[in-house]
Amino acid sequence: MIRKVTAMNSRETLMKLCMAFGPTGAEDKVSQVIEEMVRPYVDEIRRDAMGNLIAVKRGQGKGKVMVAAHMDQIGLMVTSIDENGFLRVANVGGIAPRSVLYRQVTFENGTVGCVGLNAKAPSLDKVTLEHVFIDIGCESRAEALEKVQIGDTCIMQANFLDMGQRMSSPAMDNRSACAVLVEALKRLDTPAMDVYGVFTTQEEVGLRGAKTAAFAIQPDVGIAVDITGESSYPEAEATCSMKMGQGAAVKVRDASVFCTPAVVRWMEETAKEEGIPYQREVLTFGGTDTQAIQLTGAGIPAGCISIPGRYIHSMCETIDGRDYEAAIALLAALLKKEYQH
Amino acid sequence: MSLRELTACAGVSGFENEVRAYLIRQCKALADEVRVDALGNVIAICHATKPHAKRVMVAAHMDEVGLIVTGVEDSGLIRFAPVGGIDPRVMVSKRVIVGERHVRGVIGAKAIHLTSAEERKTPLPVKNLYIDIGAADKEAALKLVEPGDPVIFDSRYVEFGDGLIKSRALDDRAGCGMLLSAMERRYPVELAAVFTVQEEIGTRGAKAAAYRLDPDAALVLEGTTCADIAGVKDEQKVTRLGKGPVVGVRDSSAVHDPRLRAFVLETAAKYGIAVQNREGTFGGTDCGSIQRSRGGVPVAMMAVATRFIHSPVTVIARKDYEAGCALLTHVLQDMESFLNDKEGDCNE
Repeated sequence: MIRKVTAMNSRETLMKLCMAFGPTGAEDKVSQVIEEMVRPYVDEIRRDAMGNLIAVKRGQGKGKVMVAAHMDQIGLMVTSIDENGFLRVANVGGIAPRSVLYRQVTFENGTVGCVGLNAKAPSLDKVTLEHVFIDIGCESRAEALEKVQIGDTCIMQANFLDMGQRMSSPAMDNRSACAVLVEALKRLDTPAMDVYGVFTTQEEVGLRGAKTAAFAIQPDVGIAVDITGESSYPEAEATCSMKMGQGAAVKVRDASVFCTPAVVRWMEETAKEEGIPYQREVLTFGGTDTQAIQLTGAGIPAGCISIPGRYIHSMCETIDGRDYEAAIALLAALLKKEYQH
Repeated sequence: MSLRELTACAGVSGFENEVRAYLIRQCKALADEVRVDALGNVIAICHATKPHAKRVMVAAHMDEVGLIVTGVEDSGLIRFAPVGGIDPRVMVSKRVIVGERHVRGVIGAKAIHLTSAEERKTPLPVKNLYIDIGAADKEAALKLVEPGDPVIFDSRYVEFGDGLIKSRALDDRAGCGMLLSAMERRYPVELAAVFTVQEEIGTRGAKAAAYRLDPDAALVLEGTTCADIAGVKDEQKVTRLGKGPVVGVRDSSAVHDPRLRAFVLETAAKYGIAVQNREGTFGGTDCGSIQRSRGGVPVAMMAVATRFIHSPVTVIARKDYEAGCALLTHVLQDMESFLNDKEGDCNE
């Protein structure tokens, strides 16, 4: 069946992905949105047991490259429902209690609610998730159970703020990277290597999806795409050199990985050749799918293209459109080429 | 096979010899193939009732939390360290059994007369505790006990109250019991029963077993936290005794496969078995090691609610255990439909 494809520009792709639902462990909806977007541009699409969406574009027999962008976003999971219909929650991924307070949340089935705080909770710096509940407007457990089950996960209500050059959303980590991968797949003509575009699951709780995908694919080289920190806002960490608007970041290391030097060189040389603005990234914290790929089997050369961002893991994760476009251009350029060991 | 026999065997993580020997005997009577792998996992295969069947790995860990001897004092008193997560507050004044020779001892500490008011405010740290095996001195003690010997609490199987069972190690001998009972039948799927080692110190055994077996799906059987006791807020009870088998949602090692979990819940509803959710996300299980083996395996967890878990007096309700056995049997009987449904990629 041939589908009619309405061309979507790169900013529309990003906005649509930021509005999709996909907390860790419940990535089906965002996965379906991505599948629709990439289907016309690839030869094969499949899902594995971890829920990874794997889109394959065949190349000219020069080996296999795996590109991983995680689909999942942080959120809250319902652990119990009290007799008055209030939901108690546990964190899904690194979500700070103070950043969820008095926010609006959305569940997969469309149920919405507000995050409240116990009336006798301690001061804000001491608040933990044990003091927090979700109010979905119900008066009893039975009424609440009609809308929400134990184990359901919610996200901070989806939104996309277009500030012109810069954009903000609670899902920018990591839908901006998903959008980069989608846009790069759209620009593939005849890649040298077989391209495995993998939209991974469960990155935020320990790089879990990428691990099994890399095992199954056994690529010759791996590229993760993710968001990283930046330091051009007030009192930002001096140990971070990345600046918003200065181009795509080529990762050298984060707390989970030292990128394979040859892959870093490959990325830097390609950026120079193509005139794509880039900066080096050294992140002293954080982990990315890069590690999961690199440590698969007997080891796989791996690197990472990052988009510098601020307020990461908050409700207003912000990136710069120039860095986003540079990341797309760099990934698309890499995928045209062969990786030389 | 009985829970009484299962809990009579010692099996501190890394020292599972005794319980493994028991399990091998049971498996040989029930399974079509039995082997022990390099880590000490017992793997028992029950052939399917039809050819070319899918393989379902069902795992229960045989190891239990306990203690290990770290040294002997000149006085003959024995120093020890915990193996797995044991609350130091539950250790003092307990009877223990040391080593494969089952040397009896007690965990002692300074008497109340000798402690200051300040000391009595905080629980005794392990470094202030010792095991007394009644030896006259170091030399006498070393004839019975060696550094490295495993130690279990001396707490036997007792049936009491309204259908309750008390013993040490019901986490996870209850799971082992469920798994052995499932092996009495054959199913349209191959049952790859795995009694794993070293779960309590990092879900280690399951990792190797899952890699070897490369299953199509997996179930993990557990004894799980049940805090339905005085002083715990309703939203922190996690599970409740007597409310049926527990179906996991997520733990610190894995988000359980939503489709397989839904299939377990549907099966329970179909056969009229009341189940409860695990209302908490902490604690690790073999789920993570199996789920992320090779190219990924769908994993769900079924458990028996266990009060006072990781203490000498773990408590379960017999009816929860029996309902868990029944549910496991039904799940395996109907599992083919789940495995066939989950197939197919997205190109259709």
